[in-house]
Amino acid sequence: MDFGPYLVLAVLEGSVQAAVLALTAVGLSLVFGVMRVVNVAHGEFFMLGAVAAWAIAQSFAGHPAVGFIAALVFAPLLVGLIATGADMVILKRLGYDPENTIVATIGMLYIIQQLTLMTYGPDARPVPPPFNTRLSIPWFEWGDGGLALVWPWGLSTTSYKLAVIAAAAVILVALWLAISRTRAGLIMRATQQDREMAQAFGMPVAWVNALVFGLGAGLAALAAVLIVPIQQAHYLMGEEPLLLSFIVVIIGGLGSLAGTVAAAILIGMSDGIISVFFSPTLAKILSTLLVAMVLVFRPQGLFGHPPR
Amino acid sequence: MSARSRTLALHGAVVAAILALHFILPDYHHGILARTMVLAVYAMAYNVMFGYTGLLSLGHALFFAAGMYGMGLSSIHLGFSPGPAIVCGVAAAFAVSLIVGILALRTSGVALMIVTLMFAQAGWYLVLYFGEYTRGDEGFVIPRAARMLAGFDLADASNRYIAALVLFAFGLVVTLKAVESRFGRVLVAIRENEERARMLGYDVFRYKLGAVVLSGTLSGLAGACYGILFGYVGATFASVQYSILPLLWVLLGGASTVLGPFVGTYFMTYLIDISSAYTTAYMLVAGVVLVVLTLFARQGIMGEVRRRLIPWLP
Repeated sequence: MDFGPYLVLAVLEGSVQAAVLALTAVGLSLVFGVMRVVNVAHGEFFMLGAVAAWAIAQSFAGHPAVGFIAALVFAPLLVGLIATGADMVILKRLGYDPENTIVATIGMLYIIQQLTLMTYGPDARPVPPPFNTRLSIPWFEWGDGGLALVWPWGLSTTSYKLAVIAAAAVILVALWLAISRTRAGLIMRATQQDREMAQAFGMPVAWVNALVFGLGAGLAALAAVLIVPIQQAHYLMGEEPLLLSFIVVIIGGLGSLAGTVAAAILIGMSDGIISVFFSPTLAKILSTLLVAMVLVFRPQGLFGHPPR
Repeated sequence: MSARSRTLALHGAVVAAILALHFILPDYHHGILARTMVLAVYAMAYNVMFGYTGLLSLGHALFFAAGMYGMGLSSIHLGFSPGPAIVCGVAAAFAVSLIVGILALRTSGVALMIVTLMFAQAGWYLVLYFGEYTRGDEGFVIPRAARMLAGFDLADASNRYIAALVLFAFGLVVTLKAVESRFGRVLVAIRENEERARMLGYDVFRYKLGAVVLSGTLSGLAGACYGILFGYVGATFASVQYSILPLLWVLLGGASTVLGPFVGTYFMTYLIDISSAYTTAYMLVAGVVLVVLTLFARQGIMGEVRRRLIPWLP
């Protein structure tokens, strides 16, 4: 293949990465924005979502779409419930002190990961996609008779990958509408802006915290359900989305949703493209150093505004 | 007894007790104690920053690995003998901690934790990226011939134990000296109230940088010695797990106590050792201990001892 078709392929793979990453990172960003909690266990909620999707899809016989849709509904709910419980039992009792909550979520990371290892085991297991048609992509080439349409071998995507991108976009728009247009979203934003004032006005801040923590974890789980037919479910799969979500949330500006989505597209695409043409490890070295430097020299993020 | 001689007597007694254990302990526990002493020096180094200065780093594996790889790479590729190789490792850790300190200390709190984590991740990826020299995850073995220090064969269990004890005693002396000095008092003042320390005229940045460099360099010494004593250098020691472990050890043993890091390391090593006999998921214990400590026992073991029994414990 020439450079062009390669690039198209890299952009397509990058878009799938970016879509899933945006969902995961928005979950992390919401939790940080509203609760001021850096949730190190976020990647493990992603992993739990994938494992739960496998377990749910297993229990449905028949067409794979039935099991997948059940997983799409129940896996995020289940993971959200677990996270809500963890918030009420652990984080709430720490009074959301920033350093203590980080240490506690590191503990939660190991607990979730190792319990999964004990029950689900060390194997990677696939979930069949609900539909998976191979779609070839045409490419233009100068031939004998001028511009001609060719179908390069290997230049293709699947209907499922396109559906992942579309689904992520729909979910993000729905989330944005929920936050900016509904009463629940208003209460959430009020808590984000001034927790004590919100409490003084009689808003159930403790419940907002618990539900936002559940919502953040649920979004990570939802992203995992979407990606699990492409990647397999494995107990260590939470590490990479955690690191990438951190990178995205910080570059996008802590707590800013639009910035997070923009950064997810930037990081997901560039990670996909750099990984195709260079070494994935080099891509990671560059992005981790970029994050450190952004935090040191521009703490409000690349897309954020400096604090007043 | 004066406070000074009391402190000396206590820590001297601990070192003497460990020396006595050398002649008593069965092989297996003898080996564990030797390993614990080296890792305890790493934990003590972490405590200088976390316990005394109040700076929570999630990237100390970078300093530990800088020492270890500075030693290992110069030994394997440049043919350095153990002495110069360890110096090389310590120098590498000094340089890395100085650079990381200057950059990371522009931030504080949560941002500092993430910046240190990211630097450590970049370091870990660097080790993997230069797999040609570092052999990546697989790591490399330091040959027995390169582990002869001043006529002692460090591959021998008995020599190794004594060498680890010497290192441990050195770590104790350095942290005690640092903590009891004017420098250490200022660090505690910064931890308690940074603005007040600044207002009293202390250059807070310089003191914090001093704490990072002391902590990083001592971590590097522990890393270099770990590599030479146990003859293995690998990327695991640069991974995030080795940044979390010293935090766990210090929290368990008691932050801002001199003996706490050793006690925490020793307890945790046995907890993990015992649980790994039952399950492959032995890190579960680490997770549970972290959550329980943050919820119920912020002081750790030696912190409780200080509160209830020995109020003068340094």
